Amino acid sequence: MLRSVRLAVLIALTAMPATAESLGLGRVATSDEIAAWDIDVRPDGQGLPAGQGTALDGEELFSDQCAHCHGDFGEGVDRWPQLVGGFDTLTDDRPVKTVGSYWPYASTIFDYVHRAMPFGNAQSLTDDEVYAITAYLLYMNDVIEDDEFVLSQATFGDIEMPNADGFGEDVRPDTPALSVAEPCMTDCTKGAVRVTMRALVLDVTPEGDGDEPEEADAERVLEIDPALAEAGAKIFRKCKSCHQVGEGAKNKAGPILSGLLGRAAGEVDGFKYSKAMKEAASEGLVWDADALSGYLEKPRAYLKGTKMSFAGLKDREDRLAVIEYLKQFD
Amino acid sequence: MDDTLSRRSLITGAAATAGSLLASPSRASDPAITEIQPWNQELGSPVDAAPYGMPSQHEADTVRRNVEWLTADTTSSINFTPLHRLEGIITPNGLCFERHHSGVADVDPAKHRLMVNGLVDKPLVFTMEDLQRFPRENKIYFLECAANSGMEWRGAQLNGCQFTHGMVHCVMYTGVSLRTVLAEAGVKATGKWVMPEGADAAAMTRSIPMEKALDDCMIAFAMNGEALRPEQGYPLRLVVPGWEGNMWVKWLRRLEVGDMPWHHREETSKYTDLMADGKARRFTWEMDVKSVITNPSPQAPVTHGKGHTVLSGLAWSGRGTIKRVDVSTDGGRNWVTARLDGPSHGKALHRFYHEFDWDGGELLLQSRAIDSDGNVQPTKDALRAVRGTESIYHNNGIQTWHVRRGGEVENVEVG
Repeated sequence: MLRSVRLAVLIALTAMPATAESLGLGRVATSDEIAAWDIDVRPDGQGLPAGQGTALDGEELFSDQCAHCHGDFGEGVDRWPQLVGGFDTLTDDRPVKTVGSYWPYASTIFDYVHRAMPFGNAQSLTDDEVYAITAYLLYMNDVIEDDEFVLSQATFGDIEMPNADGFGEDVRPDTPALSVAEPCMTDCTKGAVRVTMRALVLDVTPEGDGDEPEEADAERVLEIDPALAEAGAKIFRKCKSCHQVGEGAKNKAGPILSGLLGRAAGEVDGFKYSKAMKEAASEGLVWDADALSGYLEKPRAYLKGTKMSFAGLKDREDRLAVIEYLKQFD
Repeated sequence: MDDTLSRRSLITGAAATAGSLLASPSRASDPAITEIQPWNQELGSPVDAAPYGMPSQHEADTVRRNVEWLTADTTSSINFTPLHRLEGIITPNGLCFERHHSGVADVDPAKHRLMVNGLVDKPLVFTMEDLQRFPRENKIYFLECAANSGMEWRGAQLNGCQFTHGMVHCVMYTGVSLRTVLAEAGVKATGKWVMPEGADAAAMTRSIPMEKALDDCMIAFAMNGEALRPEQGYPLRLVVPGWEGNMWVKWLRRLEVGDMPWHHREETSKYTDLMADGKARRFTWEMDVKSVITNPSPQAPVTHGKGHTVLSGLAWSGRGTIKRVDVSTDGGRNWVTARLDGPSHGKALHRFYHEFDWDGGELLLQSRAIDSDGNVQPTKDALRAVRGTESIYHNNGIQTWHVRRGGEVENVEVG
C-alpha cells in the first residue's frame, strides 16, 4: 500500500480537500481499447510497433501522401513546413528549423506522422508505411545514408539526430525581479524617449472584419445527386489542404475550386499555374466531368508537368463523387 | 465629469469644445433627444426571437480575427481575441481565441471517452456522465498561447492589441481536478509524467510533470457556465493553470502516466525557445508576467479629443496574482501606479485603469506589471538581450502605443 500512502501525502501536501477512497467511477479499460489508442512513441523506443520500412519504400509514399504540402524534397510548399535541410542555420538571422536541423529525436517523427499525418487523413498509414516515411525523411536529411537501411524496432536505437544536444532546460525567470531592485518610477531614461520603429511602416495588419459576404451567382444551376456529393465531401478531405471551395475560399497550394465545372482551365485569378496547365488552357481545355475525371485519375499522366503532386483517385466512383461534391460550389 | 471640473473648463475657456453640464441655450439641441427614436415608439422583438441570445447588431466589430499570412491554412491556424472591445476580466465564450492543429473536431459527447492508462494500478475508461459524478470545482484562469506577441520579437509589426496580445482569454472553468481522476486509477510510484491526448485529427499530445498534474490541473467540461465551445475542446479539455496554452489539450480523450517525458512534436519541434547561441530551451511551461493597454490602442483610438481620458488594460502572470501595474505616458521615462479593479485570482486576468487629463499632445503609452512572486515585466530590449529575436515564444515585453495628436494610435518601438 506504499502507493496509496504516497498519494495521500501528495494530496495532503497540495492542501486540497481530502479525496475519499476510490469513488468507484469509470470501468477498467480492455487491452484492445488501450492498444487502439495508446500509439505514442518515446525516444527510448517504447511504443514502437512491429514492422519495418526503408527510405526506398518511403520515397513513393512521400511523393503521394506528403509532397503536395511538404514538396517533393521536403522543401515545403507555400507556408507548409520545410522538413529537410537548414543545417547550421540555428544561429543565423533566419534559422531554418527542420526535422534534420532541429528535431532532437527520430522517435518524434514516427510518433507524429503516425498520429497526425497525412494532414486531413490522419492515422490512415500502416505501421510499415510510417517506418518507410520516417526512413525517407531521415535519408533526405542525411541522418541515414543507405536508402535500403531497414528501419524497425531493432534499428531505431541506432539513429542519432544531428541536433540531439541542442536543447537545455528552462532557466526563467531571466528578467528583472522586484526582489533585486524596485523598478524606477521617475526620470528612468537618459532623455526623452524616441520612437525607433513603427508597425505602419511594415503594414502587415489585416484590415476590415474579413467576412464580406460573397454575392451568389444565380445563373449557373447544376443538378446534384446529394448522396454522391456527400460521399465526395469525404474524399475531398484529401484535396482540402491545397484546394478551397465555397464562401471565403482562397488560393492555396492549389487554386480555388468553386465554379470549377464547366470552367476553362487555368482561369482562377491570382493563381500561378504551371506552364503545362497554361498550355492546356490555351489549347481550350475545359473542366467538364470527363476532363476532370481523366485528370483526377492520374494527374501527372493526364497533364505532364502539372504542379499538382497528387497521386490520383484510381476508383472511378471516387472521382465521380468528388466531381458531384464540387458541383455544389458556384 | 463633476461640476468642479466643468466650472474649471468654463474658466479655461474649453467649454465650447469639451461641453458642459450647465444648460446652454445657444447650443443646437441633440436630435437623439428631441426626436423620437424608432425603438422608443415601435415594439421590439418578442421573447424567443433569439433562443440563444447574440450581441447587439451594433457590436458587429467585436469579433475574433486572424492574420492570414501567419499560417499555410486556416484549419491549422490561429485567430485572436478582440481585447480592445472587452471589459472586466472574463472573456465571452464566442470571443476566446482559437488555435487548432487540424480544425475544430466535432465530437459527439455520447461517444466521447476519457481513458487513463500507463503506470496506473488499473487503467480506466470514463464516459462524460462518469466524469460529472466526480466532485466539481469552479476556477477562473487565463489561457495564453506561448506564441502570443511572438510576431513582435523583431520589432513592431502588427497594429492592434488584438493581434499583438490577443492569443489570451480568461474564463471560469467547471470541471474535476486531474488529481482526483488520476487517484481513481491509482498512479504507480514510478509515474512521474502525464501525457494528455486529444481526440481530434492532430491527436495533440504533451508531457506534463506529475507535480503539476497533482497540483492545480483540471479536466473541464464547462466554461463561463455553459458547455465548452467546440473550438475550445467540447466536450472535455485539460486546464493547466498558468502554463502555455498548447498544453491545455482540447477534446481530451486520454491521459497516459509514464516515467519520463515523451518529447513529442509539440514539445521539441514546436514550443521550444531557440536562443541566439543556437541552443533551444525546452519545457518552457510557465507564462511570464505580462500586461497590455487595451484602450487606447491602434484599433481603439481616442475619439473624444483632449480632456478626461480612461486608460484601461489587462495584466496577468502564470506565476500568481498581479500585485501592481505601472503606467507611463512618456515611453517609460516616468511611471505612475495604475488602479487595479475587479477580482484578483491567481493565474487569471486582472483589469487595470489609469484616468488622466489628456492635453491633446502625443503620448507613448506603456504598462508594466509586477506579479505576486515579484517578477517585473521587462522591456522588449531587456528581453531581447537575453533571448535574441528567434525564440518565437514567451514574449512578455512591455508594449508601447504611440498616441498622435488626433487620437490615432500606432504600435511602435522606443529607444
